[in-house]
Amino acid sequence: MIDRHPWLDALAHAVLIAGVVLVAFPVYVAFIASTHGPHDFMSGLVPLLPGSEMVANYRAMLTDGLSSSGAPPLGGMLWNSLMMALIIAFGKIAISILSAYAIVYFRFPFRAVAFWMIFVTLMLPVEVRIVPTFKVVADLGLLDSYAGLTVPLIASATATFLFRQFFLTVPDELMEAARIDGAGPLKFFRDVLLPLSRTNIAALFVILFIYGWNQYLWPLMVTTTSSHYTIVMGIKRMSDVADALPQWNVVMTTVVLAMLPPVVVVVGMQRLFVKGLIETEK
Amino acid sequence: MQTKRTVFGNRLLPYALLLPQLAVTVVFFLWPAAQAVLQSFQREDAFGLSTTWVGLANYADLLDEPTYLNSLKVTAIFAPAVTALSVGLGLVFAVSLDRLVRGSRIYAALLVWPYAVAPAVAGIMWWFLFNPTIGLLPYLLAAVGYRWDHALQPTDAMILVVIAASWKQVSYNFLFFMAGLQAIPKSMIEAAAIDGAGPVKRFFTIVLPLLSPTTFFLAVINLVYAMFDTFPVIHATTGGNPAQSTNILVYKVFVDGFIGLNLGSSAAQSVVLMAIVVALTVIQFKWVERKVTY
Repeated sequence: MIDRHPWLDALAHAVLIAGVVLVAFPVYVAFIASTHGPHDFMSGLVPLLPGSEMVANYRAMLTDGLSSSGAPPLGGMLWNSLMMALIIAFGKIAISILSAYAIVYFRFPFRAVAFWMIFVTLMLPVEVRIVPTFKVVADLGLLDSYAGLTVPLIASATATFLFRQFFLTVPDELMEAARIDGAGPLKFFRDVLLPLSRTNIAALFVILFIYGWNQYLWPLMVTTTSSHYTIVMGIKRMSDVADALPQWNVVMTTVVLAMLPPVVVVVGMQRLFVKGLIETEK
Repeated sequence: MQTKRTVFGNRLLPYALLLPQLAVTVVFFLWPAAQAVLQSFQREDAFGLSTTWVGLANYADLLDEPTYLNSLKVTAIFAPAVTALSVGLGLVFAVSLDRLVRGSRIYAALLVWPYAVAPAVAGIMWWFLFNPTIGLLPYLLAAVGYRWDHALQPTDAMILVVIAASWKQVSYNFLFFMAGLQAIPKSMIEAAAIDGAGPVKRFFTIVLPLLSPTTFFLAVINLVYAMFDTFPVIHATTGGNPAQSTNILVYKVFVDGFIGLNLGSSAAQSVVLMAIVVALTVIQFKWVERKVTY
C-alpha cells in the first residue's frame, strides 16, 4: 500500500474475519447437528459442540436412509447426483465446443440464425418454461431416467460463447498451416484445437459440474420414483419428514453430504474455478 | 459476425456439428416456449377436455388477481434486497482484502466456497438456524426481546429468505469485485495519494467510480439470480408463506401450473417472466459491448 494506516489494516482484518465467520457459521452448525443423536434436539437450543453420533448418523443415512419414513438411502442419491453432474458437464462441453467450431471456422447459409438460436437459450431459464418443458419430457417418455434429468439442461449458450471467444483468439496461421499440411477440418479440430482448449475445458467443467450437481427443481419434477432422486432434491423430502417429527441430525447429515462434493471441487480447483466463473460471464 | 480469414470449405459438416446443440434447443427450449406463448392465449376447462381461445384474457386477469399483484410486490422487495445485500457485502469484502498484503490468499479461499453450495441447501441451513423452537438465532433474538417466528410473521419470513438467498451469492460478487479492483491502475491511486487524498477519499473518488461497470454488471446478474434461481430457497423453506408473503413470481408460476393446474394463467405468467429475462439479458449485453469498446 501507498500510505500506512494500521487502523485501516486492522479494520480490514476484522471485516474479513467477520465475513469468514458469516459464511462458515451455518455450515458449522449444520455439521455439528449431524454429529448428534435425535434426542439432543429436544432441549430447546441446537447443540454447538460436536456429539458422538457422527459415524452412526452417516453410516445409517448412506446405507439405509430413513426407511421408517420412506426416504431412500443417500448412497444411491449421491450416485445419481454424480451421474447427473458429469453428464451435464461433459454433454454441455461437447455440444458447445462443436457448435462454436462450426460458427467460427465455417461459412454457411443460416450461420447467423444458428448463432441467435443458441443465444435464445440464455434467455429461457428452466423455471419460466417449466410446465411445457415437463410436458415435452413426459411425452418423450423420459421421466425417471438419466436422459430426462440431463438432456433438457444440456444446451448452453454461455459455453458456446466461451469457446467462440477463445477460437477467435487462436492465430489464423495455425489453421492455414494445418491445411497446407493436408489436415481436414476434423483432424485440425482433434489435433490442434482440442489440445489448445484444454484449460478452457477444465475451467468450464468446474462451473458446469457445480451447476449440474445443484439442480433442484428439474430433478424434483422428472423423478417419479426414488430410484433417480438426486441428493439436493432429496433434502426436501428429508426436511418434510423432519418437520413432522424433528430428525434434525438426519436432515443435516444429508445437507453436509449434499454440499461436500461441489465444495471439494471448488476448493481443490480454485484457480480453474475462478477462471471459469469470470470467463463464462464475460 | 466474425469468422476466420480462411475457413474450411465443407458444406454439410458445419450443420452436422451444430445439430446436437440445435436439436436440444428446438425440442427443449423453443418448442416449450412457443407452447407457453400459445397456452397463454387459451383457457382449458376443469377436466382438460376442451380449450378455447381467449385472446389476452389471461393477461388481463393477472392484473385483477390480488395474489399476482401481491407476488409482484413481494418480488419487487425480495429481488432488490437480495441484490443490495449480496453485492454490498461482496464489495466490502473485496475492498478489505485489496488493502491487505499478507493473508489475502487465505481469506479469499475461505470466502469463495459458498458459491458451490446449492440454493436449496443454503435455504435449509438458514431455516435450521432460524428455527423458532430450537434455532440459535431466535434464541439470541429472544434475549433482546424479539419473538422470531417465520411461520407466522411475514416480515420474519422475508428476512429469512433474503438472507438465505444472499448468503451463497456474496462469494460470487466478491470474486468479480476482486477482478475489478485488480484492473484499477496503481499509478492512479498513487497519484491521488501524492496529491494528499486519504484512503477514504480515494475510495469514493477513484475506486468506486472505476468499479461502476462491475457494479452495474453484478446488479443485473444478481437481479436475474434473485428472480429466477432462488426458486429452491423458497420451495425448501417457506413455500411462499405465511400469507403469500414470500411467494415470488417464479414460485407462483410453478404453484399455479403444477399444483393449481391453472395452465392458462401459469403460461401467461411464464411469458411475462420471459419478457423480463429478455430485457435483463439485453441490458447485460449492452454492457458487455460497452466494456469491449473502451
